[in-house]
Amino acid sequence: MHESTKDHAALAAEFNKDEQRVNWHDETLWWIRQKRDKNVHQLPEWEALREAASQIKFNVLSNLHDYLLQFEKNATANGVHVHWAADAKEHNEIVHRLLTEHKVDRMVKSKSMLTEECGLNEYLAEHGIEVIDSDLGERIVQLAKEPPSHIVLPCIHKKKEEIGDLFHKYLGTPANVADPQILTEAARQHLRDVFLTRRAALTGVNFAVAETGEFVVCTNEGNADMGAHLADVHIASMGIEKLIPERKHLGVFLRLLTRSATGQPITTYSSHFKKPRKETPIHIILVDNGRSVQLGRKEFRNSLKCIRCGACMNTCPVYRRSGGHSYHTAVAGPIGSILAPNLDMKKYKDLPFASTLCGSCSNVCPVKIDIHDQLYKWRQELVKEGYTPAAKTISMKLMAQTLSSPTLYNAAGKSGRFVLKHMPFLVSNKLNPWYKEREMPEAPKESFREWYKKNN
Amino acid sequence: MNVARVGANRIRPYAANGIQECTKRRTFKKMNSRDKILSAIAANQPERTALADISGFKGAEENLQNKYAAVLTAIGGRIYFVKDENEIAATIAAQFPEAKRIINLVDNLSIGNFETVISDPEIHNLKNVDLAIIKAKFAVAENGAVWITEKEVQPRVLPFICEHLAVVITDGIIFPTMHEAYQKIATLEEYGYGSFIAGPSKTADIEQSLVIGAHGPRSMSVFVKV
Amino acid sequence: MKVGLFIPCYVDQFYPNAAIATLQLLEKFGVEVTYPLSQTCCGQPMANSGYEHLTKGCNELFIKNFEPFDYIVAPSGSCVLHVREHLHDPANEEAATVLRHKVYELTSFLTDILQVKELNARFPHRVGMHQSCHGQRGLKLAQMSELVAEPFSKPGSLLKMVKDIDLIDLGRVDECCGFGGTFCVTEEAVSAKMGKDRVADHLHHGAEYITGVDMSCLMHMEGILNRAGSKVKVIHIAEILNAQ
Repeated sequence: MHESTKDHAALAAEFNKDEQRVNWHDETLWWIRQKRDKNVHQLPEWEALREAASQIKFNVLSNLHDYLLQFEKNATANGVHVHWAADAKEHNEIVHRLLTEHKVDRMVKSKSMLTEECGLNEYLAEHGIEVIDSDLGERIVQLAKEPPSHIVLPCIHKKKEEIGDLFHKYLGTPANVADPQILTEAARQHLRDVFLTRRAALTGVNFAVAETGEFVVCTNEGNADMGAHLADVHIASMGIEKLIPERKHLGVFLRLLTRSATGQPITTYSSHFKKPRKETPIHIILVDNGRSVQLGRKEFRNSLKCIRCGACMNTCPVYRRSGGHSYHTAVAGPIGSILAPNLDMKKYKDLPFASTLCGSCSNVCPVKIDIHDQLYKWRQELVKEGYTPAAKTISMKLMAQTLSSPTLYNAAGKSGRFVLKHMPFLVSNKLNPWYKEREMPEAPKESFREWYKKNN
Repeated sequence: MNVARVGANRIRPYAANGIQECTKRRTFKKMNSRDKILSAIAANQPERTALADISGFKGAEENLQNKYAAVLTAIGGRIYFVKDENEIAATIAAQFPEAKRIINLVDNLSIGNFETVISDPEIHNLKNVDLAIIKAKFAVAENGAVWITEKEVQPRVLPFICEHLAVVITDGIIFPTMHEAYQKIATLEEYGYGSFIAGPSKTADIEQSLVIGAHGPRSMSVFVKV
Repeated sequence: MKVGLFIPCYVDQFYPNAAIATLQLLEKFGVEVTYPLSQTCCGQPMANSGYEHLTKGCNELFIKNFEPFDYIVAPSGSCVLHVREHLHDPANEEAATVLRHKVYELTSFLTDILQVKELNARFPHRVGMHQSCHGQRGLKLAQMSELVAEPFSKPGSLLKMVKDIDLIDLGRVDECCGFGGTFCVTEEAVSAKMGKDRVADHLHHGAEYITGVDMSCLMHMEGILNRAGSKVKVIHIAEILNAQ
C-alpha cells in the first residue's frame, strides 16, 4: 500500500504542479462520467433501481450474520472451501498457506481491491511468492511499482508514453511506442504466457449469493476467467459485505454496476462460480478487516453498501484534480475517504476534509450511500477524537464565541472587519493561501447592517 | 515465448490427501475467526429491514431483435439473424477463412471439429484455438449479453482462450433485461459455472482508448435463429 | 406575511448590494420584511470544519432572532441548507424544528411560497448561472445532472422572466466551484484549480456576468477573475431579479 507522510492537501498540491496533466486527468474522468450519464439516461427506471439496490444492501447489512451462515452452508455444499479472515494479516496468511499446500510459488491475480487493502502482493513477495496482476491496468502499475490510483481504472493517472516506456523496459516492446493497440497486444501475449503457466489464480468477488453459495466476478478483459479456468486452484477473496440475498438480485446489481462504473451496459464477462470444476478446488476467503466495526457505527455503516463501481471518483471534482494517489489509501476518492478512517482514524484524518461536500458522489452512487453526509459526520468524529491541530481548535472557539454574541460581533464593527478577522478563508494575512491564486473581495463603504440602520 | 514447453512440463494435480490434511488443520483456526467475526456482526448489525420487492422491474417486449442488434454492435460484437445451420456455417466460413483450429460445440453445424469435451489436463492445449463455436441459452437485449453455462460449454476456459468466438442462440430467445434473464435461469437446470458474455474481450486501461481483444476473444459473432 | 431577513455574515460585510436587492425584491412582492439586528451567523464555518458542537451559541441566537417570523429568507443556499439540516437546540427543540422548516433560500421562496410568475426586471447582458452545490444538490433548487429525472430550475425559471437577459449554456452544468468553506485554504491547490476551471467554462461561453444563489461561490470566482484581470463580474441573482 502507498505509504506517505504527506496529507491529501500536500499530495494534491504536488499533483497540481503540472496543470496540463491535471486538465488531462480531469477531462479523462469527466468523459467517463459523461458516458455514465448517457447510458443511465436510457433507463427510465434508473432511480428506482438505485433505490431497490440500496434497500437490498440495507437488508443484507441488517441480516449479515444469517446471510453469511447461509452462504457458507451453500458454498460448502457446492464443494467450495470457505475460510474466514478477521483481518488483513489473517487473509494473507490463509492465501500463503493455501499456496504452500498446493506447492505453488507463482500466482496470477485478477483485480481485487481487497487484496490491495490487505497488502497481499507485498506479503507474498516477502514469503518468496511471485504474484502477477493480470488486469492490464493493474499490471501496468505493478510494473511501475505503484499502487492503483482508481479502483476500476488502476492506471488512469498514467500517460500512454509512460506505459510505452514501461513495456519497452519490461516486456520488450520497441522504444517510443505508445499506441494503446500495440501495447495491449504486447500485454496480451505476455499475460497469456502467465495464464498458461500459473497453477494458482486469485480473483476478487463482485457479488456473492447467500441463497445459492455462488459468487460473481465481473471483468471486461476476461482475465479472471482465464486465470481461474486454467489454474489448479482458484482462491477468491471477498469482503463480508459483498453478499446479496438471492440470485435474482443480481439482475438489479449487474444492471447498475457497469453503467455506473464506465457507462457500459454490462461488463464483457459476468461469471458465476458455483461449483469447482473437476479436481480443481475453489477456496473462498471471507474477510472482515474492520467491516464488523464499521457495521456498528450507526452513522457510517451505510458505507458497507458499496459495490466498488468507482462512479464517485469519476464525478468527484476533487478526485479528478488531485489524483488517486493523493488519498494515500487503497480505495481513493469520496468512498475511500469514508471507509479509511474506520480502519485508522489517525492515519486518514485528512481524508474527510478532502472534499467540498458538493454531493455529486451521493447522487451517482448506485446504492445511494450518503457519501457527502458521511464526510461531514467523519469531520465531527475526528474533531471529537482530537485528531485536529490545536491552533484550528483555538481559532474555531474564538470564532464561535464571537458569533454567539451580537455585542462582540457588532464590536467587530464596520464592513469587512469580522470576516477578515475570523473567517479562515479570508483572514487578513498575506500568508493566507487564499491570496496565492485569488484576489480578496473589496470591503464596501458600508455593510448591509449599516445601510439598513440608516434606511429603516 | 515458448508457451507449449512450459505448459507440457507442468506438474499435475496436488495429492488428494494433501487437501484432506489442510482441511483438518484449517478447521481449528477457522472456528476462531469465524466465531469472532460472526459474533461481532451479530452484536453490531442494525435492526432487520425488509427486502426490496423487485418484481415490478421488467423491460419492454417490443422490438427485441433490433435492440439486441444495436447494443451488441455498439459493444463491438457482430450480429447475424439466420434461418438455419447452413446459413451459420456459410457465414462462418466466409468470415474466418484463415481459421485452422475450430472447435464447434453446436449440433448439426458442419464446420470445424467436434471436440466437444476436453478433459482438464488438456485445457492448456486450447491456446491455439482460432475459433470456438458455442451454444447459448438466450441473449439479453439491454446489454448485448448471452448466457452460457458449463452444460453447453466445456471446458470453462474455451470461450475465453479462443482467438474468436461465435455463439449460436439455438432457441432464438432474447429477453429485454437482466430481470427476465434471471427469471429464466431459475427455471433451467442448475449450473456449476455460468457466465454472461457481452461482446469481445476489451480494455480501455491505457488512456481510456478502447482496444478489442484484451485476454479473451478478439471478436464475438452472435447467431440468432429466427 | 412577516419575513425575517437572514443575511450571511460575509454578505453583510462584503456584498451589501446582494442583501439590499433581496430586501427590495421581497418588499416589491408585498412582504413585510424585518432584519433582526442581533443576528450573526448560521454556524456553518465551524460545523463544516468538524466543530458542530461549537455552534450551540449560534443556534440559540438564530432561534431567538427568527422565532417570531412566518418565514426566514436568506440570499444563500449554503447557509439555509446548514440551518435546515443542523439547527438544533436541546432546550428548545420544538422551536428549532419549526424554524428548520420555515427557512428559505430566496429563489425558492419566490417560486414556492410567493409563486412568482412575472418580474419587472431587465438585465441586458450575457449571464452564466452557477449552480451552487448546497443550493442545488442540498436544497434541490434545480435538477441535478447525475439523476435520471425531469429537469427544472427554480433560479433558472426566475432568470427567464428577466427582460433582455441572455443566459449562456455551460459545458458542465453543475460542477462545484471549489470554494467549500475552509476547503478553499486547507486544500488551496485543488480549490483554486476548481475555481479556475469553473470560471473558464463561463468565459468560454461568453459570459459577461456570473450569477448564482450563493455569494460564497461567487466571491471565490470573483477572486479568480480579478486575479486574472478579467472584466467579467459576479453578481448575486437577487440583484439581477431586482434590476431595472
